Amino acid sequence: MKNPTMDVLLGIRGKDFVLIGTSKAFLHGITVVKSTDDKTRALNDHTLLAFSGEAGDTIQFAEFVQANTQLYTMRHSSDLPVSSVASFVRTELASSLRSRHPYTVNLLIGGYDTKKEQPELYWLDYLASSTEIPYAAHGYAQYYCLSILDAHYRKNMGVEEVAGLMRDCHEELKRRMPIDFKGLLVKIVDKDGIRELEGF
Amino acid sequence: MAGSYDRALSVFSPDGHVFQVEYALEAVKRGTCAVGVKGKSIAVLGCEKRSAVKLQDTRITPSKIGLVDQHVCLAFAGLNADARILIDKARVEAQSHRLTVEDPVTIEYITKYVAGVQQKYTQSGGVRPFGISTLIIGFDPKDETPRLYQTEPSGIYSAWKANAIGRSSKTVREFLERNFKEDMDREETIKLTVKSLLEVVQTGAKNIEIAIMAPGKKIEYLEAEKIESYVKDIEAEKAAEAAKKKGGRGGASASAATGTSAPSGGVTGS
Repeated sequence: MKNPTMDVLLGIRGKDFVLIGTSKAFLHGITVVKSTDDKTRALNDHTLLAFSGEAGDTIQFAEFVQANTQLYTMRHSSDLPVSSVASFVRTELASSLRSRHPYTVNLLIGGYDTKKEQPELYWLDYLASSTEIPYAAHGYAQYYCLSILDAHYRKNMGVEEVAGLMRDCHEELKRRMPIDFKGLLVKIVDKDGIRELEGF
Repeated sequence: MAGSYDRALSVFSPDGHVFQVEYALEAVKRGTCAVGVKGKSIAVLGCEKRSAVKLQDTRITPSKIGLVDQHVCLAFAGLNADARILIDKARVEAQSHRLTVEDPVTIEYITKYVAGVQQKYTQSGGVRPFGISTLIIGFDPKDETPRLYQTEPSGIYSAWKANAIGRSSKTVREFLERNFKEDMDREETIKLTVKSLLEVVQTGAKNIEIAIMAPGKKIEYLEAEKIESYVKDIEAEKAAEAAKKKGGRGGASASAATGTSAPSGGVTGS
């Protein structure tokens, strides 16, 4: 078992959208190298991947997944649905885990399934476990945020409500975490695609 | 006769020909026609669609125009199955390029790659050349200049303002040479594409396929009704032109006049 990271990955599934928040600090040990980091990659029009873990592994793996989902789009003139992206990523992580140099990457995949017309949020870790859940977190952020989400999450929440919940988590992290993670970059994924959400 | 020089690939005949490559070009000539035209700020591909058999599902039958990446479009003439493989190789390369240098491919780069693959298949053992020529259109990243390239089975590639490949491509190219203008707007460019295809497509709108690329935009396939309306406009224009000629020359020589000007010379652009 590896130590949790200070990098924050948060995901909350709402009524017809998913919100994904990532910390803007790029950490190297205890040093903040950059304060405007984006730990996400858009895989296709309706799927967003957030990642944390071993520096280098993260972006390498995320962009590998991105290239393959894009290739799927070009080959089949239609996007790979979120659930299939999650399956693909899990398979890749599982074979990577059993290779000589496994990727040490933890992921959240948030997306909107345009066929099923519903939002989906997947939690995956470097041991290649994958599960679809209403709210998720990675790293030390789990310890602070999951209790808040357990207490306040309800089904079918709207954008404002979920954004409020995200803000509560943000406040708690700022209060309790020993380092300044330079705030959250929050993105929304819904039927219209992926956008940044202002006001964090 | 060719003797035994065409038994193996990568073998020259005594007079310097590689026959398999020339046969591949023959396969291209028998393929349905494809046209590419550059306008001021768009690039258009037009294709002759093979007329479907009664029970064929045209809705899900693959088209001759394919997307290589969001900003690169490819049309081919020749063997459909060969094209599928070549397009897939190009798609993989386009993504691989994005992954390694974080930039989409330029049109010239992907053309060179496609031509490179085609060349390799004229010089390796155990394979035969691709029986296709391709037209590649698109826009380089952060650039507004339309691009149009052609590749051939030999691996030659070349840049064009407007060009045609496949069956009767000579007729179409000559038509384009007569009617191409610099800096055409969207409507003019599409119209010229449709018009040039009508030179060789007898069955009209339902056997024509049009794809349009514009800078920073997704590919646009023209709907059947839109193509139909272009065809109607063009036919009306041709009829008007013919009537004008008829009126100008007087009754006696009318039939002879229309007879000679009908095929393609009747509509000289400039």
